[in-house]
Amino acid sequence: MASFPTRETTRLLMDRSVPGRVGAILPDCDVPFQKLPDQSLLRAELDLPEVSEPEVVNYFTCLSQLNFSIDTNFYPLGSCTMKYNPKINDEVAFMPGFAGIHPLQPAEQSQGALELLHRLQGFLGEITGLHAVSLATLAGAHGEFAGMLMIRAYHQARGDTARRKVAIPDSAHGTNPASAAMAGFDVVELASDKNGNVDLEALHEVAGPDLAGVMITLPSTLGLFDTNIVEVCKVVHEAGGLVYGDGANMNALLGRVKLGELGFDVAHLNLHKTFSTPHGGGGPGAGPVCVGETLAPFLPAPVVIHQGDSNGAAYNLAEPEHTIGKMSGFHGNFGVLVRAYTYIRTLGADGMKEISGNAVLNANYVMQALKDTYYLPYDRTCMHEAVFSADWQKSRGVSGLEIAKRLLDYGFHSPTLYFPMIVHEALMIEPTESETLETLDSFIQAMRDIDREISENPDFVRQSPHTTPVSRLDEAQAARRPDLRWKREKPFL
Amino acid sequence: MTSSSQPQSQASSKSNTGNGHFQSHYIPNTPDEQNKVLSALGLSSIDELFLDIPDSFRNPSLNLPGPLSELEIQQELGALASRNRPLAAGPSFLGAGSYHHFIPAIVKALVTRGEFLTAYTPYQAEASQGTLQVIFEFQTLVCNLFGMEVANAGMYDNATALAEGALMACRVTKRSKVALSSSLSPTFQQVIRTYCQAQAIETTTVPTENPGIDGDTACLIVQYPNYFGYIEDLAKQSDAAHVEGALIVVSTDTTALGMFNPPGELGADIVTAEGQPLGIPASFGGPYVGLFATKEEYIRQMPSRLSGRTVDTHGKTGYVLTLQTREQHIRRERATSNICTNEALYALAATVYLAAMGKQGMRQVAELCYHKAHYAAAAIAALPGFDLPIDGPFFQEFVVKCPESPTEINRRLLERNILGGLDVTNTIPDGMLLCVTEMNSRQDIDALVSALAEVA
Amino acid sequence: MNPNDRKYSKEHEWIKLDDAASGRATVGITDFAQDQLGDIVFVELPKLGANVTLMGKMGEIESVKSVSDLFSPVNGEVVEINEALLDHPEIANKDPFGEGWLIKVTVSDASEIDALMTSEEYESFTSGQS
Repeated sequence: MASFPTRETTRLLMDRSVPGRVGAILPDCDVPFQKLPDQSLLRAELDLPEVSEPEVVNYFTCLSQLNFSIDTNFYPLGSCTMKYNPKINDEVAFMPGFAGIHPLQPAEQSQGALELLHRLQGFLGEITGLHAVSLATLAGAHGEFAGMLMIRAYHQARGDTARRKVAIPDSAHGTNPASAAMAGFDVVELASDKNGNVDLEALHEVAGPDLAGVMITLPSTLGLFDTNIVEVCKVVHEAGGLVYGDGANMNALLGRVKLGELGFDVAHLNLHKTFSTPHGGGGPGAGPVCVGETLAPFLPAPVVIHQGDSNGAAYNLAEPEHTIGKMSGFHGNFGVLVRAYTYIRTLGADGMKEISGNAVLNANYVMQALKDTYYLPYDRTCMHEAVFSADWQKSRGVSGLEIAKRLLDYGFHSPTLYFPMIVHEALMIEPTESETLETLDSFIQAMRDIDREISENPDFVRQSPHTTPVSRLDEAQAARRPDLRWKREKPFL
Repeated sequence: MTSSSQPQSQASSKSNTGNGHFQSHYIPNTPDEQNKVLSALGLSSIDELFLDIPDSFRNPSLNLPGPLSELEIQQELGALASRNRPLAAGPSFLGAGSYHHFIPAIVKALVTRGEFLTAYTPYQAEASQGTLQVIFEFQTLVCNLFGMEVANAGMYDNATALAEGALMACRVTKRSKVALSSSLSPTFQQVIRTYCQAQAIETTTVPTENPGIDGDTACLIVQYPNYFGYIEDLAKQSDAAHVEGALIVVSTDTTALGMFNPPGELGADIVTAEGQPLGIPASFGGPYVGLFATKEEYIRQMPSRLSGRTVDTHGKTGYVLTLQTREQHIRRERATSNICTNEALYALAATVYLAAMGKQGMRQVAELCYHKAHYAAAAIAALPGFDLPIDGPFFQEFVVKCPESPTEINRRLLERNILGGLDVTNTIPDGMLLCVTEMNSRQDIDALVSALAEVA
Repeated sequence: MNPNDRKYSKEHEWIKLDDAASGRATVGITDFAQDQLGDIVFVELPKLGANVTLMGKMGEIESVKSVSDLFSPVNGEVVEINEALLDHPEIANKDPFGEGWLIKVTVSDASEIDALMTSEEYESFTSGQS
């Protein structure tokens, strides 16, 4: 944010509204006026703001300056992969030939777009080793939901209706069980062993005729590569189940291993993580699903195929033979897919390994530097993220949350907190490959400084943040008495 | 070994620099820096960090093309983009869920600010007041547009928002039958079915006149204006649902609401809409943003994020994600939805658009679309062989019955650089669903009419 | 710390028999529970006249960052609910053993209350937890 005062942002649009102001001019109607519908169909009131264009630009520009962002701050958020979002990706997405095309126009009028999507399917298939791909799912959780529906459809097609359970590690992201439940499954928790791997004994216990499949994140949410993963896939397959891979942590694996070769049957990728598309404050994302031959007929619609049609269009949209159905209004988040395609073309095969190599190198660098200051529950080579615990600080009266808030004063977004749930006071740190060692050193220093502050002045740390636009917010009030929109009876004072 | 002060030959700065290393411009670490870190870790190569991956699976061959410079990227992607016909290339009359509307320049200028574009989800509220206040504004304006009490921070798109609305209605009423009006977009019906298939929810398509709601129906889902562009009697539909204790879920059109009664005043319990017409380009179908609003009494069953206003420790107003216990990161398998990442950047775009257009602009856009669409409809209906098979008030879309296959007609229109409407023969024989907006000049419309007169 | 005039369940609820003749009892959550939950923001209670079952889910209690099920410590019928708590859930944080009561029930079988933990037993039960 600006270090000098700028225009105020406290008043909301409806507070700023002055009758008669306009923010846009439209052309006059160039056709004769037509008969309007009956008055009873038309609305009397339209309660929208009346503000001028400069006011809109000023207000939103100043609001933007109240945000942290990758462009302005380092985000060591584990499992979020907050890497640099290349500007060329945005420029390409805005090309009129991409931004200005209608999803339902004839295929012959969209061959460039369809070819791009077809090539992207190929790239993602090659990266994961799961060569049948649908780009139709709009976020990671959406991809998970599709994956769960595909596994369900697969078993149903075999006439196997007893498979009601999906086993998910206790360390999994919340979307995993939520997606499984949406697909009608009962969720069974799978314990982790003392090395942070899937507990094989626990797996054997659930691997029975009622197991539809498992959902595994690789590397795990502890940032560790499960050395038993091949065995895990084998056990599940032998029991007749399928293996779903949550690809959120793919940044560690690009060019290093292929999920399909390890035994995964289906996986989703988060293009807004591994493939650099911007987070946008909470989306858009894209969560394409990649499957092996077993599940290919069940992919969500549409997929892009390459074969001629009667209109001479080489690339077309198609519905897989036993598709689980359409997951959204159109074909996927095309603007995001274009960015991911551009990124993969920029990095190429060589670049894939540079990404994973440096992401993992940087994470281990930070891990080694901090393990004397913060408790490291799994002291082994990590992948792209390292999970610490703030237990040593908690015992001195300051929690992980409070450390995170104090980090904001240093200009660093916090690591991921309290996740995975199996680590007490978890702090998950993922530097990514797009940060310099200088930035990592500043972050390491800040973490050490905060630890010292905890000894010298714990109250000060507990009351953080001190220098952000607002201090700690009353979340209890926000939940008890929800105030979710501007209301005329409560004008801003 | 070349020293870092002597540049490599520019022509070979990409893959294979001679020492087996590719220095990407997105990755700062040089080989020297990597070696420094490796030594500190007691390792001699990056490969040693990956030894947990079993030997036989490690370092697979990766059959991807080599890296490209930004210059080559511009050329390649420019070439791909040039093989697509943008809506602005000539008169375009295609709608059916994605609409060609005017986008003020300030939308892109604000949406591409790095502080919005590259920000993370606002879980750390003190570092995200920009995003959170925008969401609060978005929630406000959506409520005002819809005439509803509470709106969420947005969902993936209208189709999925509607599907989540169906699931929510089942949770609220504790019933498991969903009635889909036959004039609801076929795509919406498909997506709702995809979402309901695994949850023992029965979906049935029902006639608009006699929807057949009973005591087992959780909700009736209607579209206003309907898929074909026509305004049905929403108040009557609401009553038909409510009298049986069912909810009414309404998919509406944001541009139409610049003119027509909002669904909240006609009995709607849940309202969704596509946010794309609000400052978001067609972009081959995505990203868009689904708008979702409901009544306060159902708030705990509503999916997706909510930004709530509160105060900080000094009493200063601030915004924070609230009622998070509905969501997956807390409730996991018992969450209202699995949704996590949604479409925040496009909620911002919609908010900027609504702020710029405002009360006057939204009305003007609606009226322009209305008059132009009706002008076009009348002119086409006057052509021999064409007529309007559906009666009733419509907004910016309408159906014409063509003298022959609409797909064939469209092919000939494209030869004249005119993009025609959607072939809806599967519901209305030889029907074409045309859309006319403020982006269509009178010349555009006259060109369409003359072309239809010639080609059909 | 935990009052002696009532019994405790493993789900961190207490139940106090108000009147042995009618079997009328009051149910609430313990101080340990409210401390674990943090700021309570919402409570969902069963309806008046509803039957609650032993160890059956009877409602939910939400804090800012968590949601927990409420389980009935006995079989019975709900005869009163704490309306004040619905509007001001924070009362359960401030006075969990008094004003923060959840429901009043008539228990069908008072021996179900005897089977629960005494305050000393509950004390040792909770000291084993974080």
